[in-house]
Amino acid sequence: MTMTGAALELESISRSFATPRGEAFQAVHDVSMTVARGAFLALVGPSGCGKSTLLNIIAGLLTQSRGQVRVFGEPLTGLNRRATYLFQQDALLPWKDVRDNVALGLVLSGVAHGDARARADEWLARVGLGSFSRHFPAQLSGGMRKRVAMAQNWIIDRDILLMDEPFSALDIHTRHWMETELLGLWEASGSGHTAGARKTIVFVTHDLEEAIALADEVLVLSAGPSSRIVSRHEVPLARPRNLLELRTERAFVDLYRSIWGSLRGEVIRSHRASEAAGA
Amino acid sequence: MPDTRTGSRAAVAAWQGGVAVAIVALWQWGVYARWLDPFFVSRPSDIAARVVAWIVSGAIWKHLFITLEEAIIGLTAGAVLGIGLGFVLARSPFAARVCDPYIKMLNAVPRVVLAPLFLLWFGLGIWSKVALAVTLVFFVMFFNTYQGVRDANPVVIDNARMLGASERQLVRHVLVPSALVWIFSSLQTSLGFAMVGAVVGEYLGSASGLGYVISQAEGTFDTTGVFAGMVVLGLVVVAVSLPVSRLERWLLRWKVQ
Repeated sequence: MTMTGAALELESISRSFATPRGEAFQAVHDVSMTVARGAFLALVGPSGCGKSTLLNIIAGLLTQSRGQVRVFGEPLTGLNRRATYLFQQDALLPWKDVRDNVALGLVLSGVAHGDARARADEWLARVGLGSFSRHFPAQLSGGMRKRVAMAQNWIIDRDILLMDEPFSALDIHTRHWMETELLGLWEASGSGHTAGARKTIVFVTHDLEEAIALADEVLVLSAGPSSRIVSRHEVPLARPRNLLELRTERAFVDLYRSIWGSLRGEVIRSHRASEAAGA
Repeated sequence: MPDTRTGSRAAVAAWQGGVAVAIVALWQWGVYARWLDPFFVSRPSDIAARVVAWIVSGAIWKHLFITLEEAIIGLTAGAVLGIGLGFVLARSPFAARVCDPYIKMLNAVPRVVLAPLFLLWFGLGIWSKVALAVTLVFFVMFFNTYQGVRDANPVVIDNARMLGASERQLVRHVLVPSALVWIFSSLQTSLGFAMVGAVVGEYLGSASGLGYVISQAEGTFDTTGVFAGMVVLGLVVVAVSLPVSRLERWLLRWKVQ
C-alpha cells in the first residue's frame, strides 16, 4: 500500500492534549486519509474540530499520539521537509523587508543572497507586489502580506503546500482575489517548463463555499473533541475555474447543498458544545 | 504631521528648554532671596562657572575619560554576558529552572555592599568600578534578552522552521532580531546603570573619575563641586544616549506605523 503514489497517507491518526486540569483532551481520533499527488484537498469542519491539529501533524510541527503519517511513502519523523505551510496568522518576519522575507527559504538553504533576492523580486512581480520589495510587512495591507507569504512559500518549490485558513482574516473581496491567485499559481505549477509536478495542497477552512470552490475533494470533520472524518466528497467541477462566477452555478449549488447536509449537524453540535461549556 | 498628544519636535524642545530655565531661575532666585542657603544647595551661576572652569582648565577631562572608560567596558562586558546567558537560558528551559533561584538571589544583592569586596579583589583602579557596572548592567540585559527570546512569536518561528531554518539559523534570523527589540529598549537603562556603577565605585574608593571628584568636593563641604560633578555626569549621559537612540531607531525601523 505504501507505493501507491500518494503524496500523503494518514493511518489511524489520534492526538490528545493535556488540559490545564491535567485531563487528557482528545483532539482527533482515528483519522485515516490519503491525498493523491497533485490533488487539492480541503478539510472542513466547525471551529475547534481539530483541523489545524491534523494539519500541524502533517507538517511535523506536532507529533501524533497514535498512528502514522507517510509522505511520498516515507514515514514522517520530525518536520515535513517536502511541505511548506501558509499560516492563518501573520507569519512574516517583521524585521525583514518584503524581498528578504520572500528570499528567506532560499537563503536558509544556502543560496547566495544576491541570487535569492533576484529570484524573490521575480516572485514579487508574479504576485503583483513588484514595487513593494523594500517595504516592511507592517507597511502592507493584510491581503498584500498574504501574497508575500504565498511567494515566500512557493519560491522554495516544495511538493506539498499546507494551508491553515490562510484567507479567513481578509475581507470577502480580497479573499476571492487571493483564492483566484492561489488557483492560478497552482494550475500553473503543473504545466510549463519552470516547475515539476503540480503541488499537492491540503487546505483547512471552516468555509464550505471556499472548500468547494478550490478543491478536488472535500473531507468533512466532526465537531470536537475526538474529531473524525464524517464524509468525503468529490468535487467534479471543471478546471480552470472562474471563482467569480462559480458560486452561482447550478453544479456548485447542488454540491454545496449535499455537503452542507453532513456539515450542518457538526456545526450545530459544535455550537451546542461551546454553549454548554460557556454556561 | 505631529500628533496633538505627542507634539511637534520644536514644541517638545521649547518646553524642555523652558522647564530647565524655570528650575534654574527658581533656584537662583531662591538663593538670591535668601529662601535657600547656598551652603547646602549652592547656586546655578556658581555651578555653571565651576563647570566652565573645569572645562577651560582641562582638569575634568581626565576624570571624565576614566569614568566613561569604566562605564563603557562595564556596559560591553555586562551586555555580552547578560545577552549570552539570556539566550542560553531562554533556549534551555531546564537550565533556566535550575538557575532561577540563583539569579533572583544575586539580583537582590545591593550593589553598594559589593563595592568594598570588589575594591578588595580588583584594587583601587578601574577594574573594581568595571565589575560594579557589570553587576548592574548584566541583570538588566539578561532579563530583557531572556524575555525577548521567549517572547518571539511562535508562528513566525514555526514559519521559519517550515521554510528550512536550522536551530542556528533560527537564532540568527528570528530569535536575535526578536530579542533586539527588548535589548534595545533596555540599552538606555543599562547605559545609565553603567555610569552609576562606575561613579559609585569611584565614590567609595579611587583616585580619579567623576565619582572621586564628587566625593572630594563632599569631603570639603563644597556643594558647588558636588552639583557641578552631577551636572557633568548628566550632560555626558544625555550626549552618549543620543547616538544610542539613533542606532535604536535605525535598527527597529521595521516597527514604523
